[in-house]
Amino acid sequence: MNITLKVWRQNGPKDKGGFETYDVKDVSPDMSFLEMFDVLNIDLEKDGKEGIHFDHDCREGICGMCSMYINGKPHGPKDAVTTCQLHMRSFKDGDTIVVEPWRAAAFPVIKDLMVDRTSFDRIMQAGGYVDVSTGGVPDANEIPIPKVVADEAMDAAQCIGCGACVAACKNASAMLFTSAKVSQLALLPQGQVERKTRVEKMVAQMEEEGFGNCTNTGACSAVCPKEISLEHIARMNREYLSAKVSSTNV
Amino acid sequence: MSWITQTLSSSIGKKVLMALTGLFLILFLVVHLAGNLQLLVDDGGQSFNAYAYKMAHNPFIKVVSYGNFFFILLHAVIGIVLTIKNKAARKVGYHVSTKDSESTWASKNMPLLGVIILVFIVVHLMGFWAKAKLGIGEIGFVIIDGVEMHDLYTVVKTAYENILISGFYVISMIALGFHLSHGFQSAFQSLGLNHKKYTPLFKTVGTLYSYIVCFGFAIIPILMYLGISF
Ligand code: HEM
Ligand code: FES
Repeated sequence: MNITLKVWRQNGPKDKGGFETYDVKDVSPDMSFLEMFDVLNIDLEKDGKEGIHFDHDCREGICGMCSMYINGKPHGPKDAVTTCQLHMRSFKDGDTIVVEPWRAAAFPVIKDLMVDRTSFDRIMQAGGYVDVSTGGVPDANEIPIPKVVADEAMDAAQCIGCGACVAACKNASAMLFTSAKVSQLALLPQGQVERKTRVEKMVAQMEEEGFGNCTNTGACSAVCPKEISLEHIARMNREYLSAKVSSTNV
Repeated sequence: MSWITQTLSSSIGKKVLMALTGLFLILFLVVHLAGNLQLLVDDGGQSFNAYAYKMAHNPFIKVVSYGNFFFILLHAVIGIVLTIKNKAARKVGYHVSTKDSESTWASKNMPLLGVIILVFIVVHLMGFWAKAKLGIGEIGFVIIDGVEMHDLYTVVKTAYENILISGFYVISMIALGFHLSHGFQSAFQSLGLNHKKYTPLFKTVGTLYSYIVCFGFAIIPILMYLGISF
């Protein structure tokens, strides 16, 4: 199949940037979206041009590095997949595909389609962890956790921190990401020690980074490759309010 | 900053204030609509004027009405602050705007709908409230059961006979309906009240409520313009 790509090119954070159009010929429908970019980049380099910069790592949908806004949707047209797991068979021969970087003040463009997502790392550093005293291996059944609770925590833990939620949100809000991380730890016994301080600090850091507020449009959850539910946002709001009322942090 | 102001000015705190003020206004609209429907009673405005007089002379209603003004103002101010911050969170926009099946048109246009409602409230207060309370403009008197009172009915009737005013009212009520079609259920989510059992109920009641409020308020100027009463 033949594809016309319109890709955002930007030489660095300060560059103005603009779209470049590329005709990509003989694309196999079985290629992943990133493989199609690899082929294009090899051709560009053969012609002495600079390849298109984009983030990727695992290419199996678990690391969250790939981040392309494809035809108006983070990770492209298919539900519940990352860009690396999107295949060219999801498009038609002769299609024009517009590819843009994530757009958010808290995710500045580094180059082309690469954005700086360390704001997410700082939210995690603010409280997205548990302190554990390492000792002997604990007995597997020492801490009983009901199956429903474990499942709910696991659903939240599926978040790979790719930032598609921020990219899709009209307010560039990071509520879905932050709430998934807060939820996952608030639900489990291991997360209880830092429970109140965690949500207070993570929400404060989220605001500090310049993400927007939540209007409950649901766009985040709709595009999330891991289908993280809006219920986690409600849980984070509950956690936050009860922490603010009852914690000893003044 | 004390922990209270810090909580209320956080992103979640601001949304909680939006939700609480919004829910208060939702309750207020029920009472307001029930009162207004008396405009359609075919008695030359007697029941409406008597109702308006009773409301104006009830100390409890007075307190609630001041609360109401304050909450509208608070809701509008925080709404505008949120919108400015949300716009600042994405300085460079997309070439292709976001396509997703789940977010409704209303949810994406809350600020626009809110501003239409705000303009409406100002016009509405200047037209009716300022006449009755501040004595600005013309307002007559009627005597019902020996009590002299403002003839608000005639003020309303005269206004609605103007197609521009009644048209503006109807358009504003459609905007209100859309605002509430998202806002009603959104308020519960903002308060953290999301539950498998109750969220579908909030959504259904919210949809019904927004239809009823939109239709109920809009039908009054339409029928009065056409001169129909019951
Ligand atoms: C009687 C009139 C009104 C009612 C009943 C009402 C109700 C609501 C409710 C229930 C919400 C949802 C709150 C939440 O998501 O937590 C909301 C959101 C909103 N309202 Fe209103 N509202 C009214 C008037 C206004 C006015 C005058 C403005 C003026 C600008 C406004 C602006 C907004 C905005 C911007 C939001 C979205 C906030 C966000 O989620 O980011 N509303 N409204
Ligand atoms: S490259 Fe790891 S999720 Fe796509």
